[in-house]
Amino acid sequence: MPSPRRLTLALPLLLAGPAFAQPATNGPLLAQACLGCHGPGAAGQDGVPAIAGRPAPELVAQMTAFRANERPGTIMGRIARGYTAEEITAVAAYLAQAR
Amino acid sequence: MTQTTRRALLGAAPALIAAPALAQNQGQARLVVVGGGFGGASAARFARMSYPWLEVTLIEPKTRFVTCPYGNLVLAGTRRLEQISHGYDGLRARGINVVHDWVAGIDPTARSLRLRGGATLSYDRLILSPGIALRWDALPGYDEAASEIFPHAWVPGEGAQTTLLRRQIEALPEGGVVGLAIPANPFRCPPGPYERISMIAAHLKRHNPRAKILAFDAKNAFSKQGLFQDAWAELYPGMIEWVPANQDGRITRVDPGAREFESEFGTRHKVDVGNVIPPQSAARIAIEAGLANASGWVPVDPLTFEARQAPGIHVIGDANIAPPMPKSGYVANSTAKQAVASVAALLRGEAPPPAPVYFNTCYSHVGEDYGISIVGVFRPNPDGSGFVETPQSGGVSPRGNHPEQRRLEALYADAWYASITRDMFG
Repeated sequence: MPSPRRLTLALPLLLAGPAFAQPATNGPLLAQACLGCHGPGAAGQDGVPAIAGRPAPELVAQMTAFRANERPGTIMGRIARGYTAEEITAVAAYLAQAR
Repeated sequence: MTQTTRRALLGAAPALIAAPALAQNQGQARLVVVGGGFGGASAARFARMSYPWLEVTLIEPKTRFVTCPYGNLVLAGTRRLEQISHGYDGLRARGINVVHDWVAGIDPTARSLRLRGGATLSYDRLILSPGIALRWDALPGYDEAASEIFPHAWVPGEGAQTTLLRRQIEALPEGGVVGLAIPANPFRCPPGPYERISMIAAHLKRHNPRAKILAFDAKNAFSKQGLFQDAWAELYPGMIEWVPANQDGRITRVDPGAREFESEFGTRHKVDVGNVIPPQSAARIAIEAGLANASGWVPVDPLTFEARQAPGIHVIGDANIAPPMPKSGYVANSTAKQAVASVAALLRGEAPPPAPVYFNTCYSHVGEDYGISIVGVFRPNPDGSGFVETPQSGGVSPRGNHPEQRRLEALYADAWYASITRDMFG
Protein backbone atom coordinates (compact mmCIF):
# COMPACT_ATOMS: atom_id res chain seq x y z
CA MET A 1 0.00 0.00 0.00
CA PRO A 2 1.34 3.46 -0.82
CA SER A 3 1.65 5.86 2.08
CA PRO A 4 -1.07 8.56 2.31
CA ARG A 5 1.58 11.15 1.49
CA ARG A 6 2.52 9.43 -1.76
CA LEU A 7 -1.10 9.02 -2.67
CA THR A 8 -1.64 12.75 -2.28
CA LEU A 9 1.30 13.47 -4.54
CA ALA A 10 0.15 10.98 -7.11
CA LEU A 11 -3.49 11.96 -7.18
CA PRO A 12 -3.28 15.11 -9.29
CA LEU A 13 -1.45 13.09 -11.93
CA LEU A 14 -4.06 10.37 -11.84
CA LEU A 15 -6.83 12.90 -12.19
CA ALA A 16 -5.23 14.07 -15.41
CA GLY A 17 -6.80 11.08 -17.09
CA PRO A 18 -4.80 8.19 -18.43
CA ALA A 19 -4.05 6.53 -15.10
CA PHE A 20 -7.77 6.04 -14.60
CA ALA A 21 -7.82 3.88 -17.69
CA GLN A 22 -7.97 0.15 -17.17
CA PRO A 23 -4.43 -1.07 -17.76
CA ALA A 24 -3.93 -3.36 -20.73
CA THR A 25 -2.91 -6.85 -19.65
CA ASN A 26 0.16 -7.12 -21.82
CA GLY A 27 2.40 -4.62 -20.02
CA PRO A 28 5.45 -6.92 -19.86
CA LEU A 29 5.38 -7.58 -23.61
CA LEU A 30 4.67 -3.95 -24.50
CA ALA A 31 7.53 -2.81 -22.26
CA GLN A 32 9.94 -4.98 -24.26
CA ALA A 33 9.89 -2.26 -26.90
CA CYS A 34 11.66 0.11 -24.48
CA LEU A 35 14.69 -2.15 -24.02
CA GLY A 36 16.23 -1.59 -27.44
CA CYS A 37 17.27 1.92 -26.33
CA HIS A 38 16.82 2.07 -22.54
CA GLY A 39 19.00 -1.01 -22.03
CA PRO A 40 18.42 -4.51 -20.66
CA GLY A 41 16.03 -4.33 -17.74
CA ALA A 42 15.28 -0.73 -18.82
CA ALA A 43 18.15 0.17 -16.48
CA GLY A 44 19.52 2.88 -18.78
CA GLN A 45 22.20 2.85 -21.48
CA ASP A 46 24.78 5.60 -21.88
CA GLY A 47 22.83 8.87 -22.36
CA VAL A 48 19.43 7.14 -22.41
CA PRO A 49 17.95 7.21 -18.89
CA ALA A 50 16.87 4.31 -16.67
CA ILE A 51 13.10 3.96 -16.58
CA ALA A 52 12.78 0.78 -14.50
CA GLY A 53 11.86 1.26 -10.86
CA ARG A 54 10.40 4.74 -11.37
CA PRO A 55 6.97 5.33 -9.79
CA ALA A 56 4.21 4.40 -12.22
CA PRO A 57 2.37 7.74 -11.90
CA GLU A 58 5.57 9.59 -12.79
CA LEU A 59 6.08 7.45 -15.91
CA VAL A 60 2.44 7.92 -16.90
CA ALA A 61 2.71 11.68 -16.39
CA GLN A 62 5.88 11.86 -18.49
CA MET A 63 4.51 9.73 -21.32
CA THR A 64 1.27 11.71 -21.28
CA ALA A 65 3.22 14.95 -21.51
CA PHE A 66 5.33 13.58 -24.37
CA ARG A 67 2.13 12.57 -26.13
CA ALA A 68 0.68 16.07 -25.76
CA ASN A 69 3.90 17.75 -26.95
CA GLU A 70 4.24 19.35 -23.51
CA ARG A 71 7.60 17.82 -22.70
CA PRO A 72 10.64 18.44 -24.90
CA GLY A 73 12.35 15.37 -26.27
CA THR A 74 14.07 14.02 -29.35
CA ILE A 75 11.96 10.96 -30.18
CA MET A 76 9.74 10.20 -27.17
CA GLY A 77 6.85 12.36 -28.41
CA ARG A 78 6.74 10.42 -31.67
CA ILE A 79 6.79 7.17 -29.69
CA ALA A 80 4.27 8.12 -26.98
CA ARG A 81 1.66 9.12 -29.57
CA GLY A 82 1.67 5.50 -30.79
CA TYR A 83 0.29 4.09 -27.55
CA THR A 84 -3.14 4.26 -25.92
CA ALA A 85 -3.62 5.52 -22.37
CA GLU A 86 -4.33 1.93 -21.32
CA GLU A 87 -1.08 0.71 -22.84
CA ILE A 88 0.95 3.51 -21.24
CA THR A 89 -0.58 2.64 -17.86
CA ALA A 90 0.28 -1.03 -18.31
CA VAL A 91 3.86 -0.32 -19.37
CA ALA A 92 4.32 2.08 -16.45
CA ALA A 93 2.94 -0.44 -13.96
CA TYR A 94 5.33 -3.08 -15.27
CA LEU A 95 8.39 -0.81 -15.34
CA ALA A 96 7.64 0.52 -11.85
CA GLN A 97 8.00 -2.93 -10.33
CA ALA A 98 10.89 -4.01 -12.59
CA ARG A 99 14.37 -3.65 -11.16
CA MET B 1 16.86 -33.61 -22.48
CA THR B 2 17.54 -36.05 -19.67
CA GLN B 3 14.93 -37.94 -17.66
CA THR B 4 15.84 -35.93 -14.59
CA THR B 5 15.15 -32.55 -16.15
CA ARG B 6 12.02 -33.89 -17.79
CA ARG B 7 10.67 -34.96 -14.39
CA ALA B 8 11.77 -31.68 -12.87
CA LEU B 9 9.90 -29.79 -15.57
CA LEU B 10 6.72 -31.78 -15.02
CA GLY B 11 6.99 -31.31 -11.28
CA ALA B 12 7.67 -27.62 -11.53
CA ALA B 13 4.99 -26.73 -14.00
CA PRO B 14 1.83 -28.84 -13.72
CA ALA B 15 0.00 -26.51 -16.07
CA LEU B 16 2.28 -27.64 -18.87
CA ILE B 17 1.01 -31.21 -18.78
CA ALA B 18 -2.31 -30.30 -20.30
CA ALA B 19 -0.76 -28.77 -23.40
CA PRO B 20 -1.22 -30.93 -26.49
CA ALA B 21 2.27 -30.54 -27.94
CA LEU B 22 3.84 -31.22 -24.58
CA ALA B 23 1.72 -34.26 -23.87
CA GLN B 24 2.89 -35.78 -27.13
CA ASN B 25 6.48 -35.15 -26.24
CA GLN B 26 6.38 -36.31 -22.65
CA GLY B 27 6.95 -32.90 -21.11
CA GLN B 28 9.57 -31.55 -23.44
CA ALA B 29 9.02 -28.26 -25.19
CA ARG B 30 11.66 -27.74 -27.78
CA LEU B 31 12.02 -24.43 -29.54
CA VAL B 32 14.52 -24.32 -32.37
CA VAL B 33 15.53 -20.91 -33.69
CA VAL B 34 17.33 -20.72 -37.03
CA GLY B 35 19.45 -17.64 -37.65
CA GLY B 36 21.42 -15.76 -35.01
CA GLY B 37 20.89 -12.15 -36.06
CA PHE B 38 18.58 -9.38 -34.84
CA GLY B 39 15.48 -11.60 -34.98
CA GLY B 40 16.93 -14.98 -34.03
CA ALA B 41 19.32 -13.98 -31.26
CA SER B 42 16.62 -11.77 -29.70
CA ALA B 43 14.11 -14.63 -29.93
CA ALA B 44 16.42 -17.23 -28.38
CA ARG B 45 17.43 -14.94 -25.52
CA PHE B 46 13.89 -13.76 -24.80
CA ALA B 47 12.57 -17.33 -24.90
CA ARG B 48 15.21 -18.56 -22.50
CA MET B 49 14.71 -15.68 -20.05
CA SER B 50 10.91 -15.48 -20.10
CA TYR B 51 9.94 -19.13 -20.50
CA PRO B 52 12.53 -21.21 -18.64
CA TRP B 53 10.57 -24.38 -19.37
CA LEU B 54 11.46 -24.07 -23.06
CA GLU B 55 14.49 -25.93 -24.29
CA VAL B 56 16.05 -23.47 -26.74
CA THR B 57 18.42 -24.35 -29.57
CA LEU B 58 19.86 -21.64 -31.81
CA ILE B 59 21.32 -22.68 -35.17
CA GLU B 60 23.66 -20.18 -36.80
CA PRO B 61 26.48 -20.99 -39.22
CA LYS B 62 28.82 -18.20 -38.15
CA THR B 63 30.60 -18.02 -34.81
CA ARG B 64 30.67 -14.19 -34.98
CA PHE B 65 27.78 -12.01 -36.09
CA VAL B 66 28.70 -8.77 -37.84
CA THR B 67 25.80 -6.30 -37.64
CA CYS B 68 24.51 -4.40 -40.66
CA PRO B 69 23.79 -1.40 -38.41
CA TYR B 70 26.99 0.59 -37.89
CA GLY B 71 28.61 -1.08 -40.91
CA ASN B 72 28.44 2.33 -42.59
CA LEU B 73 30.54 3.75 -39.75
CA VAL B 74 33.18 1.15 -40.55
CA LEU B 75 33.16 2.55 -44.10
CA ALA B 76 33.63 6.04 -42.65
CA GLY B 77 36.55 4.79 -40.55
CA THR B 78 34.92 5.78 -37.25
CA ARG B 79 34.29 2.15 -36.15
CA ARG B 80 36.35 -0.98 -36.56
CA LEU B 81 34.83 -4.27 -37.71
CA GLU B 82 35.62 -5.87 -34.33
CA GLN B 83 33.42 -3.26 -32.65
CA ILE B 84 30.36 -4.43 -34.60
CA SER B 85 31.08 -8.17 -34.27
CA HIS B 86 29.37 -10.24 -31.60
CA GLY B 87 29.86 -13.82 -30.35
CA TYR B 88 27.39 -16.26 -28.84
CA ASP B 89 29.02 -16.97 -25.45
CA GLY B 90 26.47 -14.79 -23.65
CA LEU B 91 23.60 -16.85 -25.07
CA ARG B 92 25.39 -20.12 -24.21
CA ALA B 93 25.87 -18.87 -20.65
CA ARG B 94 22.10 -18.40 -20.44
CA GLY B 95 21.57 -22.07 -21.26
CA ILE B 96 20.83 -21.79 -24.97
CA ASN B 97 22.17 -24.65 -27.04
CA VAL B 98 24.04 -22.76 -29.80
CA VAL B 99 24.87 -24.93 -32.82
CA HIS B 100 27.12 -23.53 -35.54
CA ASP B 101 25.89 -25.32 -38.64
CA TRP B 102 23.74 -24.80 -41.76
CA VAL B 103 20.24 -26.17 -42.06
CA ALA B 104 20.12 -28.57 -45.01
CA GLY B 105 16.36 -29.14 -44.97
CA ILE B 106 13.18 -28.74 -42.96
CA ASP B 107 10.45 -31.38 -42.64
CA PRO B 108 7.37 -29.51 -41.32
CA THR B 109 5.30 -32.71 -41.07
CA ALA B 110 7.82 -34.56 -38.92
CA ARG B 111 8.73 -31.27 -37.25
CA SER B 112 12.42 -31.86 -37.70
CA LEU B 113 15.33 -30.35 -39.54
CA ARG B 114 18.53 -31.75 -40.94
CA LEU B 115 21.86 -30.05 -40.48
CA ARG B 116 24.64 -30.10 -43.06
CA GLY B 117 26.83 -31.64 -40.36
CA GLY B 118 24.53 -34.70 -40.46
CA ALA B 119 22.48 -34.28 -37.28
CA THR B 120 18.68 -34.27 -37.25
CA LEU B 121 16.91 -32.03 -34.75
CA SER B 122 13.28 -32.35 -33.68
CA TYR B 123 11.25 -29.36 -32.57
CA ASP B 124 7.82 -28.57 -31.20
CA ARG B 125 7.96 -25.05 -32.64
CA LEU B 126 10.39 -23.55 -35.11
CA ILE B 127 11.30 -19.88 -35.46
CA LEU B 128 13.09 -18.97 -38.68
CA SER B 129 14.94 -15.69 -38.79
CA PRO B 130 17.08 -16.37 -41.83
CA GLY B 131 17.54 -12.86 -43.18
CA ILE B 132 17.90 -12.06 -46.85
CA ALA B 133 19.53 -13.42 -49.98
CA LEU B 134 21.01 -11.21 -52.67
CA ARG B 135 19.40 -12.02 -56.01
CA TRP B 136 22.40 -12.72 -58.19
CA ASP B 137 20.14 -13.19 -61.23
CA ALA B 138 18.31 -9.87 -60.91
CA LEU B 139 20.80 -7.31 -62.22
CA PRO B 140 22.61 -8.22 -65.47
CA GLY B 141 26.38 -8.22 -64.96
CA TYR B 142 26.14 -8.52 -61.20
CA ASP B 143 26.97 -11.95 -59.81
CA GLU B 144 29.05 -13.16 -56.90
CA ALA B 145 32.30 -12.71 -58.85
CA ALA B 146 31.31 -9.14 -59.76
CA SER B 147 30.89 -8.35 -56.07
CA GLU B 148 34.66 -8.74 -55.66
CA ILE B 149 35.03 -5.63 -57.87
CA PHE B 150 31.77 -3.84 -57.10
CA PRO B 151 31.15 -4.83 -53.47
CA HIS B 152 27.58 -4.90 -52.14
CA ALA B 153 28.62 -4.75 -48.49
CA TRP B 154 24.95 -5.34 -47.72
CA VAL B 155 25.09 -8.82 -46.21
CA PRO B 156 28.07 -8.51 -43.92
CA GLY B 157 28.90 -12.23 -43.56
CA GLU B 158 32.22 -12.20 -41.80
CA GLY B 159 32.97 -8.65 -42.86
CA ALA B 160 34.99 -9.19 -46.04
CA GLN B 161 32.62 -7.13 -48.22
CA THR B 162 32.61 -4.18 -45.83
CA THR B 163 36.41 -4.32 -45.54
CA LEU B 164 36.74 -4.44 -49.34
CA LEU B 165 34.52 -1.40 -49.87
CA ARG B 166 36.35 0.48 -47.10
CA ARG B 167 39.71 -0.22 -48.80
CA GLN B 168 38.40 0.88 -52.18
CA ILE B 169 37.11 4.15 -50.74
CA GLU B 170 40.46 4.76 -49.03
CA ALA B 171 42.26 4.09 -52.33
CA LEU B 172 39.91 6.27 -54.42
CA PRO B 173 41.97 8.48 -56.78
CA GLU B 174 41.94 12.15 -55.90
CA GLY B 175 38.73 13.69 -57.21
CA GLY B 176 37.41 10.23 -58.14
CA VAL B 177 33.81 9.03 -58.38
CA VAL B 178 32.06 6.64 -56.01
CA GLY B 179 28.92 5.22 -57.63
CA LEU B 180 26.10 3.55 -55.77
CA ALA B 181 23.31 1.46 -57.31
CA ILE B 182 20.31 1.40 -54.99
CA PRO B 183 17.41 -1.04 -55.46
CA ALA B 184 13.64 -0.65 -55.53
CA ASN B 185 11.53 -1.52 -52.48
CA PRO B 186 11.37 -3.79 -50.58
CA PHE B 187 14.93 -4.27 -49.37
CA ARG B 188 16.79 -4.58 -46.07
CA CYS B 189 17.23 -1.33 -44.12
CA PRO B 190 15.42 1.39 -46.12
CA PRO B 191 17.56 4.31 -44.82
CA GLY B 192 20.78 2.27 -45.07
CA PRO B 193 21.95 3.35 -48.55
CA TYR B 194 21.52 7.02 -47.62
CA GLU B 195 23.36 6.69 -44.33
CA ARG B 196 26.07 4.98 -46.39
CA ILE B 197 26.23 7.90 -48.83
CA SER B 198 26.57 10.22 -45.83
CA MET B 199 29.30 8.20 -44.15
CA ILE B 200 31.32 7.84 -47.37
CA ALA B 201 30.96 11.61 -47.81
CA ALA B 202 32.19 12.18 -44.25
CA HIS B 203 35.34 10.21 -45.07
CA LEU B 204 35.87 11.93 -48.42
CA LYS B 205 35.35 15.39 -46.97
CA ARG B 206 38.39 14.81 -44.74
CA HIS B 207 40.60 12.83 -47.11
CA ASN B 208 39.51 13.46 -50.69
CA PRO B 209 37.38 16.61 -50.74
CA ARG B 210 37.19 16.93 -54.55
CA ALA B 211 35.72 13.41 -54.89
CA LYS B 212 32.11 12.90 -55.99
CA ILE B 213 29.37 10.48 -55.00
CA LEU B 214 26.85 9.50 -57.68
CA ALA B 215 23.90 7.66 -56.16
CA PHE B 216 21.66 5.98 -58.75
CA ASP B 217 18.29 4.96 -57.36
CA ALA B 218 15.55 2.69 -58.67
CA LYS B 219 13.09 4.80 -56.61
CA ASN B 220 11.84 8.39 -56.73
CA ALA B 221 11.72 8.83 -52.97
CA PHE B 222 13.45 7.34 -49.94
CA SER B 223 13.36 7.08 -46.16
CA LYS B 224 14.10 10.31 -44.24
CA GLN B 225 14.72 11.95 -47.64
CA GLY B 226 14.26 15.59 -46.61
CA LEU B 227 16.51 15.19 -43.59
CA PHE B 228 19.25 13.43 -45.56
CA GLN B 229 19.19 15.95 -48.38
CA ASP B 230 19.22 18.90 -45.95
CA ALA B 231 22.26 17.41 -44.23
CA TRP B 232 24.05 16.69 -47.52
CA ALA B 233 23.60 20.30 -48.63
CA GLU B 234 24.82 21.56 -45.27
CA LEU B 235 27.71 19.18 -44.59
CA TYR B 236 28.88 18.06 -48.04
CA PRO B 237 27.93 20.80 -50.51
CA GLY B 238 28.51 19.80 -54.15
CA MET B 239 29.78 16.33 -53.30
CA ILE B 240 26.64 14.17 -53.60
CA GLU B 241 24.37 13.76 -56.60
CA TRP B 242 21.29 11.59 -56.05
CA VAL B 243 19.68 10.45 -59.30
CA PRO B 244 16.08 9.21 -58.91
CA ALA B 245 14.39 6.68 -61.18
CA ASN B 246 12.49 9.37 -63.08
CA GLN B 247 15.80 10.99 -64.02
CA ASP B 248 17.22 7.73 -65.38
CA GLY B 249 18.54 6.60 -62.00
CA ARG B 250 17.57 2.95 -62.31
CA ILE B 251 20.68 0.87 -62.98
CA THR B 252 19.82 -2.04 -65.29
CA ARG B 253 23.28 -3.51 -66.03
CA VAL B 254 26.74 -3.28 -64.54
CA ASP B 255 30.12 -3.95 -66.14
CA PRO B 256 32.69 -4.47 -63.40
CA GLY B 257 35.53 -4.97 -65.93
CA ALA B 258 34.92 -1.54 -67.50
CA ARG B 259 33.87 -0.09 -64.13
CA GLU B 260 30.61 1.10 -65.60
CA PHE B 261 26.97 1.26 -64.52
CA GLU B 262 24.34 1.36 -67.25
CA SER B 263 21.00 3.04 -66.52
CA GLU B 264 17.56 2.32 -67.93
CA PHE B 265 17.79 4.62 -70.97
CA GLY B 266 21.19 3.20 -71.95
CA THR B 267 23.48 5.84 -70.45
CA ARG B 268 26.81 4.48 -69.24
CA HIS B 269 28.33 5.93 -66.10
CA LYS B 270 32.03 5.53 -65.35
CA VAL B 271 32.82 5.01 -61.65
CA ASP B 272 36.11 4.52 -59.82
CA VAL B 273 34.45 2.68 -56.94
CA GLY B 274 31.10 0.96 -57.41
CA ASN B 275 28.85 -0.12 -54.56
CA VAL B 276 26.03 -2.21 -55.96
CA ILE B 277 23.16 -3.01 -53.60
CA PRO B 278 21.26 -5.61 -55.62
CA PRO B 279 17.59 -6.64 -55.40
CA GLN B 280 16.91 -9.08 -52.58
CA SER B 281 14.63 -11.88 -51.43
CA ALA B 282 14.09 -13.94 -48.31
CA ALA B 283 17.08 -16.18 -47.55
CA ARG B 284 17.33 -19.42 -49.49
CA ILE B 285 16.22 -21.67 -46.63
CA ALA B 286 12.81 -19.96 -46.53
CA ILE B 287 12.35 -20.31 -50.28
CA GLU B 288 13.52 -23.94 -50.37
CA ALA B 289 11.10 -24.77 -47.54
CA GLY B 290 8.28 -23.43 -49.73
CA LEU B 291 7.44 -20.60 -47.33
CA ALA B 292 7.84 -17.68 -49.76
CA ASN B 293 5.31 -16.56 -52.34
CA ALA B 294 6.05 -15.38 -55.89
CA SER B 295 7.51 -12.14 -54.54
CA GLY B 296 10.37 -14.08 -52.91
CA TRP B 297 9.30 -13.06 -49.40
CA VAL B 298 7.33 -14.96 -46.74
CA PRO B 299 3.66 -14.12 -45.96
CA VAL B 300 3.02 -14.40 -42.22
CA ASP B 301 0.22 -14.15 -39.68
CA PRO B 302 0.55 -10.68 -38.11
CA LEU B 303 -0.20 -11.99 -34.60
CA THR B 304 1.98 -15.12 -34.35
CA PHE B 305 4.34 -14.71 -37.35
CA GLU B 306 3.51 -18.24 -38.46
CA ALA B 307 4.18 -18.65 -42.15
CA ARG B 308 0.88 -18.74 -44.07
CA GLN B 309 2.24 -21.77 -45.93
CA ALA B 310 3.28 -23.67 -42.78
CA PRO B 311 1.63 -22.98 -39.44
CA GLY B 312 4.05 -24.10 -36.74
CA ILE B 313 6.96 -22.34 -38.45
CA HIS B 314 7.24 -18.72 -37.34
CA VAL B 315 9.18 -16.45 -39.71
CA ILE B 316 10.53 -13.19 -38.31
CA GLY B 317 12.94 -10.51 -39.45
CA ASP B 318 13.75 -9.26 -42.92
CA ALA B 319 12.56 -12.47 -44.64
CA ASN B 320 8.85 -11.88 -44.02
CA ILE B 321 6.27 -9.63 -45.65
CA ALA B 322 5.22 -7.00 -43.13
CA PRO B 323 4.63 -3.61 -44.73
CA PRO B 324 4.34 -0.87 -43.63
CA MET B 325 6.93 -2.11 -41.13
CA PRO B 326 10.47 -1.68 -42.49
CA LYS B 327 12.96 -4.52 -42.77
CA SER B 328 14.96 -3.31 -39.79
CA GLY B 329 16.85 -4.77 -36.85
CA TYR B 330 14.53 -3.17 -34.33
CA VAL B 331 11.42 -4.60 -36.01
CA ALA B 332 13.11 -8.02 -36.02
CA ASN B 333 13.84 -7.66 -32.28
CA SER B 334 10.34 -6.40 -31.46
CA THR B 335 8.45 -9.01 -33.49
CA ALA B 336 10.75 -11.78 -32.19
CA LYS B 337 9.29 -11.27 -28.73
CA GLN B 338 5.67 -11.55 -29.86
CA ALA B 339 6.59 -14.63 -31.91
CA VAL B 340 8.20 -16.23 -28.85
CA ALA B 341 5.24 -15.33 -26.61
CA SER B 342 2.95 -16.88 -29.24
CA VAL B 343 5.10 -20.02 -29.36
CA ALA B 344 4.91 -20.34 -25.58
CA ALA B 345 1.14 -19.81 -25.51
CA LEU B 346 0.46 -22.24 -28.36
CA LEU B 347 2.63 -24.90 -26.73
CA ARG B 348 0.52 -24.55 -23.59
CA GLY B 349 -2.66 -24.84 -25.62
CA GLU B 350 -3.50 -21.17 -25.05
CA ALA B 351 -4.34 -18.33 -27.42
CA PRO B 352 -1.43 -16.16 -28.58
CA PRO B 353 -1.08 -12.83 -26.71
CA PRO B 354 -3.69 -10.45 -28.16
CA ALA B 355 -3.27 -6.81 -29.22
CA PRO B 356 0.50 -6.68 -29.72
CA VAL B 357 2.30 -3.46 -30.57
CA TYR B 358 5.38 -3.65 -32.80
CA PHE B 359 8.01 -1.01 -32.52
CA ASN B 360 10.73 0.48 -34.64
CA THR B 361 13.34 3.16 -34.13
CA CYS B 362 16.08 3.58 -36.74
CA TYR B 363 18.80 6.13 -36.28
CA SER B 364 21.09 7.19 -39.11
CA HIS B 365 24.39 8.97 -38.75
CA VAL B 366 24.81 11.62 -41.42
CA GLY B 367 27.89 13.41 -40.10
CA GLU B 368 30.01 13.87 -37.02
CA ASP B 369 27.69 14.42 -34.02
CA TYR B 370 24.77 14.59 -36.46
CA GLY B 371 22.05 11.94 -36.15
CA ILE B 372 18.48 11.63 -37.47
CA SER B 373 15.78 9.07 -36.79
CA ILE B 374 12.52 7.48 -37.83
CA VAL B 375 10.04 5.95 -35.39
CA GLY B 376 7.16 3.62 -36.15
CA VAL B 377 4.52 2.02 -33.92
CA PHE B 378 2.59 -0.77 -35.64
CA ARG B 379 -0.19 -3.28 -34.94
CA PRO B 380 -1.90 -6.15 -36.71
CA ASN B 381 -4.77 -4.69 -38.72
CA PRO B 382 -8.31 -5.55 -37.58
CA ASP B 383 -8.94 -8.26 -40.17
CA GLY B 384 -5.62 -9.99 -39.49
CA SER B 385 -4.45 -9.64 -43.08
CA GLY B 386 -1.38 -7.55 -42.31
CA PHE B 387 -0.03 -4.64 -40.34
CA VAL B 388 -0.96 -1.00 -39.90
CA GLU B 389 0.96 1.99 -38.58
CA THR B 390 -0.67 3.68 -35.59
CA PRO B 391 -2.16 6.98 -36.86
CA GLN B 392 -0.78 10.31 -35.59
CA SER B 393 2.38 8.64 -34.26
CA GLY B 394 5.95 7.97 -35.27
CA GLY B 395 7.66 9.73 -38.13
CA VAL B 396 11.02 11.39 -38.63
CA SER B 397 13.07 13.99 -36.75
CA PRO B 398 11.98 17.59 -37.37
CA ARG B 399 13.55 19.38 -40.33
CA GLY B 400 15.15 22.78 -39.89
CA ASN B 401 17.79 24.15 -37.59
CA HIS B 402 17.89 21.82 -34.58
CA PRO B 403 21.58 21.41 -33.72
CA GLU B 404 21.00 20.08 -30.21
CA GLN B 405 18.54 17.47 -31.48
CA ARG B 406 21.06 16.31 -34.11
CA ARG B 407 23.83 16.00 -31.53
CA LEU B 408 21.60 14.15 -29.07
CA GLU B 409 20.30 11.78 -31.73
CA ALA B 410 23.87 10.86 -32.70
CA LEU B 411 24.51 10.11 -29.03
CA TYR B 412 21.28 8.16 -28.64
CA ALA B 413 22.07 6.22 -31.81
CA ASP B 414 25.22 4.91 -30.12
CA ALA B 415 23.18 4.06 -27.00
CA TRP B 416 20.64 2.27 -29.21
CA TYR B 417 23.40 0.15 -30.74
CA ALA B 418 24.84 -0.81 -27.36
CA SER B 419 21.41 -1.46 -25.92
CA ILE B 420 19.89 -3.57 -28.66
CA THR B 421 23.00 -5.70 -29.14
CA ARG B 422 22.94 -6.42 -25.39
CA ASP B 423 19.26 -7.36 -25.79
CA MET B 424 20.41 -9.86 -28.45
CA PHE B 425 23.66 -11.28 -27.12
CA GLY B 426 23.97 -10.24 -23.46
